[in-house]
Amino acid sequence: MKFGVVMFPGSNCDHDTYHVISKVIGQPVDFIWHRQNSVADCDAVILPGGFSYGDYLRTGAIARFSPVMGAVKEFAARGGLVMGICNGFQILCEAGLLPGALLRNKNLKFICKHVNIRVEATDTPFTNRCQRGQVLSVPIAHGDGNYFCDPDTLAELQRENRIIFRYSDRSGNLTSEANPNGSLDNIAGICNRERNVLGMMPHPERASEQLLGSSDGRIIFYSLADTLAELAKAS
Amino acid sequence: MKAKIYVTLKPSVLDPQGKAIHHAVETIGYRGIQDVRQGKYFVVIIDDSFSREEARAQIERLARDVLANPIIEDYLVELDSDS
Repeated sequence: MKFGVVMFPGSNCDHDTYHVISKVIGQPVDFIWHRQNSVADCDAVILPGGFSYGDYLRTGAIARFSPVMGAVKEFAARGGLVMGICNGFQILCEAGLLPGALLRNKNLKFICKHVNIRVEATDTPFTNRCQRGQVLSVPIAHGDGNYFCDPDTLAELQRENRIIFRYSDRSGNLTSEANPNGSLDNIAGICNRERNVLGMMPHPERASEQLLGSSDGRIIFYSLADTLAELAKAS
Repeated sequence: MKAKIYVTLKPSVLDPQGKAIHHAVETIGYRGIQDVRQGKYFVVIIDDSFSREEARAQIERLARDVLANPIIEDYLVELDSDS
């Protein structure tokens, strides 16, 4: 089993993610440079947070044309596990691997704080260790996290149970006060139809050690590691 | 040849920046401003060896595939003939 963390120019959560996978979860992990046109022998690929290519034009808009994204698309098409965190989520949307777009936060502010997210589905490789309705305390740090899609797409996401995380209060109530950025339907994370590509705005890698205020986020990396272990056993 | 590309949020997409500008404009006393929408403006110079049709096709593709995100934005392309 091996994880890959993509490094774009401007990524700034790549080392945090690498650290959590290697030191907290204790699994093998490699960096994947944005100029590489393959994901090598990685079994799960993470697009980390940051400001790829300065987020010029739109968030994630230039990163999606980098050579590695061609490889990530192919990898995802053959069922490879791909997770985009924050800027990674924005890149996945721009690349068309996930529907919708992330708009400027409704209050126009860059928001950096702990929020609560409710786990809405556990039948994914990223949340299989969670309980449905479980509330995780995980920080957000973004200026463009306001999830938007057209009404048909939203209905499809709801119908197919592809909204994986929603912003909630500590008790799991979906209130507008708990929605930090104006996202449609309190959406904090979604997956693709095949459920092997996940995008989420909150940063689980920043909440994987109690020293940093919360270790709730590590369950996502443990879920991924469990999935990869099972896949390895099966093959 | 010069092309101008205007990219704006679709009418159905909330534009908090436009709203903030609108509010500020009202606060400083401008009257009768009904709405403000903010967008982006690009100037692209394209080789004169292209025909007008080729240039337009290329710029339309650039606007659709790169400069605008059609999920949230509309675009308008203008080709300048006088440069």
